[in-house]
Amino acid sequence: MSDIALSIKQLTVKVEGKEILHNINLEMKLGETHVLFGPNGSGKTTLLMAIMGFPKYRVTRGKIIFKGQDITKLSLDERARLGIGMSFQRPPVVRGVKTRDMVAACLKGQGNEERIKQLAEKANLADFLDREINYGFSGGEIKRSELMQLLAQRPTLTLIDEPESGVDLVNISLIGELLNSLLEKDCPIPERKCTGLIITHTGHILDYVNARTGYVMCGGVIGCEGDPREILTTIREKGYQECVRCFLRRTPSG
Amino acid sequence: MVETKSSKTHKDKAKAAAAKPAAFGEDIDLGIYVSSAEEQPYQADPSKLPLKTKERMLEAGVILDNPSQRTGTFIQMDNAPVHSSVRQEGVEVMAVSQALEKYDWLSDYWWQAVAVDTDKYTANVELSQHNGYFIRTLPGYKTIYPVQACLYLAKARLAQNVHNIIIAEENSELHIITGCTTALREEAGLHLGVSEFYIKKGAKITFTMIHNWNPEVAVRPRSAAIVEDNGLFLSNYVLMKPVHSLQMYPTAKCGGENAVVRFNSILVAGPGSSLDVGSRVILNAKGAKTEIISRAITTGGSIVARGYIEGNAPDVKGHLECRGLILAEEGMIHAIPELKGTLAGVDLSHEAAVGKIAEEEVEYFMARGLTRSEATATIVRGFLRVDIEGLPPLLGAELQRAIAASEKDIM
Repeated sequence: MSDIALSIKQLTVKVEGKEILHNINLEMKLGETHVLFGPNGSGKTTLLMAIMGFPKYRVTRGKIIFKGQDITKLSLDERARLGIGMSFQRPPVVRGVKTRDMVAACLKGQGNEERIKQLAEKANLADFLDREINYGFSGGEIKRSELMQLLAQRPTLTLIDEPESGVDLVNISLIGELLNSLLEKDCPIPERKCTGLIITHTGHILDYVNARTGYVMCGGVIGCEGDPREILTTIREKGYQECVRCFLRRTPSG
Repeated sequence: MVETKSSKTHKDKAKAAAAKPAAFGEDIDLGIYVSSAEEQPYQADPSKLPLKTKERMLEAGVILDNPSQRTGTFIQMDNAPVHSSVRQEGVEVMAVSQALEKYDWLSDYWWQAVAVDTDKYTANVELSQHNGYFIRTLPGYKTIYPVQACLYLAKARLAQNVHNIIIAEENSELHIITGCTTALREEAGLHLGVSEFYIKKGAKITFTMIHNWNPEVAVRPRSAAIVEDNGLFLSNYVLMKPVHSLQMYPTAKCGGENAVVRFNSILVAGPGSSLDVGSRVILNAKGAKTEIISRAITTGGSIVARGYIEGNAPDVKGHLECRGLILAEEGMIHAIPELKGTLAGVDLSHEAAVGKIAEEEVEYFMARGLTRSEATATIVRGFLRVDIEGLPPLLGAELQRAIAASEKDIM
């Protein structure tokens, strides 16, 4: 089997009839972590939703290949069962469904009460297992709960939407730990299989999680690709305006 | 036939109300039902009832083969009590006709919580052959296991008339599970059930009622509770099987300070079922509290889900939550939550929501690997889960089992 986890080729995506992503190309090897930067509204979340397979995000051109298999036409749940998982930025509250039930569903019957408890303790959510999922959760609790569910689900490819947004400093280091665990950062590099694509607007998460490649998205295209720390330094010094200017300079049509 | 001291006044009032339509629900023509049935033989050992009968009763939460989980048992078939027994000191379980003979004072409770002339259904119970159960805990006694009561409709086209009196004396605790069901799979029948609850100072009653009828049965329960100081009335109602027409609007009056009332209802209406179910609480004393929770699902039938809280005393608090899920194109849910406060210092609130399952919620579960139908089932199961405070764990587990057993019919 090839060591390519995800390969996106000339991907164009429409949402409610409007083209949001134009000709996206991206490739991630198994075990790698990549980071998507970009100003608000640049299409980062749309890219994640399209990879995950949400029906509202319609692929009109191009392909998504996951571990060698063309998944472009597969449904959301089929993709999840193949090994793609996602941490939602704003997951819905589901009344009556307990956090415990959600973790159990993610474990697909593979885990027992003890395993659920362990995961909850790891995410500092032991007291949340009997609460309704996301009901009255703070920003940090939602992120931790999402990562706890993903640790139960154990996807090969994890899509993470803004893990640091709305999270205080105490929480962010725990979120970093959970992400590192999810992405097997404790494993030697050649043995890592878990792959991550992380959206970050501010880049704070890079203080906790190492990434190999960074992309800057602007107006629905990938403007540049490179070392994530280098990209972040530019963004911190000059802001996204500089990225947009740089990108426009290189695109003759503007 | 039940006779009371004040029979004459009750009879007169009932006669005057014999044609009085109910405030809500389809008007049932009482003339199409027969009012009496053959006598049923008394069963000293209810485990000897026919297997099919026991199975129907078990579906409604009535366990006859293993009495160790029950403090007492009462069974009425059509209009005849066929069994009553009790296994614990300080608890009384008997036919209401027998109780009226035994206790002169019982007539003081007769038609005191429910008015005999409420409508033609209460009137009909008074005017026709009827019986029912009398369940009482003596002061300070607590039932370890629930008392179970079964009202069983056996004869086709029968009007079953029931008048129950339930009393928890001061500082006692009484848990009851009532299963109402029918032998008939497709024939018509009518169940008219009056239940009067009296919760004395510091006493507690939990009343869990499971209804398993058939698509041709009409049901008109008429219940009311009077709750004294520091008393608690907790009522759980589950109807997940088809019924032709059911209308009820049980009322609890908190006449005592710090009385607490909770109503939980779980309603499912399939095609052809018409439900009009509410809960009404009147908070008449300082510090009284209530919570009314209803969950309604239609898979094609119609549901009117009512709720009414009235606050007439200082520092009373009430919350009404009514949520409805429409799982079929042609289903209807009409939520009518009502609040009335008559002085400053009452704290009443409600929330109501009616709709289909949110696609966003389904997709959330699908993103975790569940199929669409698994995701829907998980959400529906969650919707039906009401964590009931104050219910003994055994009863809570039984209630969840009864709900789980019917879930598959919905999905």
